[in-house]
Amino acid sequence: MSTGVLGTDKRGIRELGAEEKVGWDEVSEGVVLNSFEGVAEDIAHKKAEERDYSDFNSYTATVASWRIIKPVYNRDICIDCQNCWVWCPDTSIISRDKQMLGIDYDHCKGCGVCVEVCPTNPKSLLMYSEAADNEEALAGWPQKEKKEKN
Amino acid sequence: MAKEFELNEVEVWDGNYAASQALRQAQIDVVAAYPITPSTPIVENYGAYIANGYVDGEFVMVESEHGAMSGCVGASAAGGRVATATSSQGFALMTEVLYQASGMRLPIVLTVVNRALASPLNVRGDHSDMYLGRDSGWIQIDAYDAQEAYDLALCAFRIGEHLDVRLPVMMHQDGFTTSHKAQNVYPLKDEVAYKFVGDYVPVNDMLDFSRPVTHGAQTEEDWHYEHKAKQHKALMDSRSVIDEVFADFKALTGREYKRVESYMMEDAEVALVLLGSSVETAVLAAKQLREEEGIKVGIVSPRCFRPFPYDLIRETLDTSSLKVVSCLDKSAPGGAMGALFNEVSAAAYTTQARPMMTNYIYGLGGRDFAVDEAKRIMREQKAHADAGHITTPIQQFSGLRGPKLGFFETRRS
Repeated sequence: MSTGVLGTDKRGIRELGAEEKVGWDEVSEGVVLNSFEGVAEDIAHKKAEERDYSDFNSYTATVASWRIIKPVYNRDICIDCQNCWVWCPDTSIISRDKQMLGIDYDHCKGCGVCVEVCPTNPKSLLMYSEAADNEEALAGWPQKEKKEKN
Repeated sequence: MAKEFELNEVEVWDGNYAASQALRQAQIDVVAAYPITPSTPIVENYGAYIANGYVDGEFVMVESEHGAMSGCVGASAAGGRVATATSSQGFALMTEVLYQASGMRLPIVLTVVNRALASPLNVRGDHSDMYLGRDSGWIQIDAYDAQEAYDLALCAFRIGEHLDVRLPVMMHQDGFTTSHKAQNVYPLKDEVAYKFVGDYVPVNDMLDFSRPVTHGAQTEEDWHYEHKAKQHKALMDSRSVIDEVFADFKALTGREYKRVESYMMEDAEVALVLLGSSVETAVLAAKQLREEEGIKVGIVSPRCFRPFPYDLIRETLDTSSLKVVSCLDKSAPGGAMGALFNEVSAAAYTTQARPMMTNYIYGLGGRDFAVDEAKRIMREQKAHADAGHITTPIQQFSGLRGPKLGFFETRRS
């Protein structure tokens, strides 16, 4: 069971479609799905890993099976500007107290937006084949590009 | 707080005005609407009630009927009482969202003023739009005059919002012949009408922040089928709630409605099955024909078009005297027998009587359907009964200029 980069949350703990298949008489009326188990007052002030997400919330599911390229994150270069966190369309950049922690590979679809918006030189995020080894990618990370003088 | 609208014991209202008054009395939270002939006055009047302080809810003017029904879906999912009105092309544009509304089990009330579908463009009444909605998962109830438009619009809220139902409801009336025909209407006082409709009880409302919910989820082959089955079950089971609401309405007003209306069926040898304002015409023709020529004609009308009253149609047609049933469809059948013919025939097939079944297409684009034509059709059915077989094509066009148009002979060896 994966516990994500935070090591404590229920992010991506199951495969999509692994929920119990009940009969027509037990499905919810109008396909209404609860986001959380029970009453969820004050949910906006709780961190994701503290929320009791329901089995029908995609937070707990792995929904990235069709990704073919992935971003690899390089902590040594990152300046924690949070640009990638702001732009990611799938909230798959994990950040706490304005510090980047890494990529949520259970929800990232590999769109590459985070790489596009990364302002460092060299970039702190680069796209690699889904099959690539992250450690090897980090070992071969490109050097800083020098500005060409006119 | 909405002002009370002073009403006389008897008012002279047309079908549109009657429907709009019922919407006002239901104190709807959100009406999202786009005008189209002949239902425009419903939302126009409703806008005036809002402007003049007779309604507390919101009126949202949208860019199209697709937007109108989408706004209704959003407002209903948010947890409000919601309604709108439309006709014809507007109904067609709403169609995609109609399926969303029923699948999401949102009890929206849609007052439809039936009108033909283009092409050719036509603003007059036929049942093309009503038929277009018949697989959409909505409850469909048909009003034949202005009083019924008022009464059934009130009932529509009670039925759809019932916690055992939670399905959207269309309340139909015929374009112009009902929507624009003024007649005496006996309205309820505001307080009485609202008490009948009752307070709206939200279910899984999105504005309940303590229980965040997802509406309109995607399901593929592993869940979709179960959800559609459950939805169909709710629609089928709504029959008993409809009966219950009609019974309550009768207790309150003395006016009785049934899922299947029938007239003079006790000893009928010949029956006509039809919908809408034509029912009155057919009843009048049947009475005259009984007196003038002794032909025993009965009239049957599935006031509740969806869920289709298979049970009551079968019951109504299962008499020993009945020999021929003719179903009259006021919608271009598009390369098939009329829908009413197909559905009533399926129910009749399971009766002991097993009457002969014929089909007429009539009244398309507002073509008048008069007593004389109704009588002609009835006499033709009597001739089948006397001959012991169908003597004409099974499907015929009534009131059509040019050579007779009909399809399929009975096979007899």
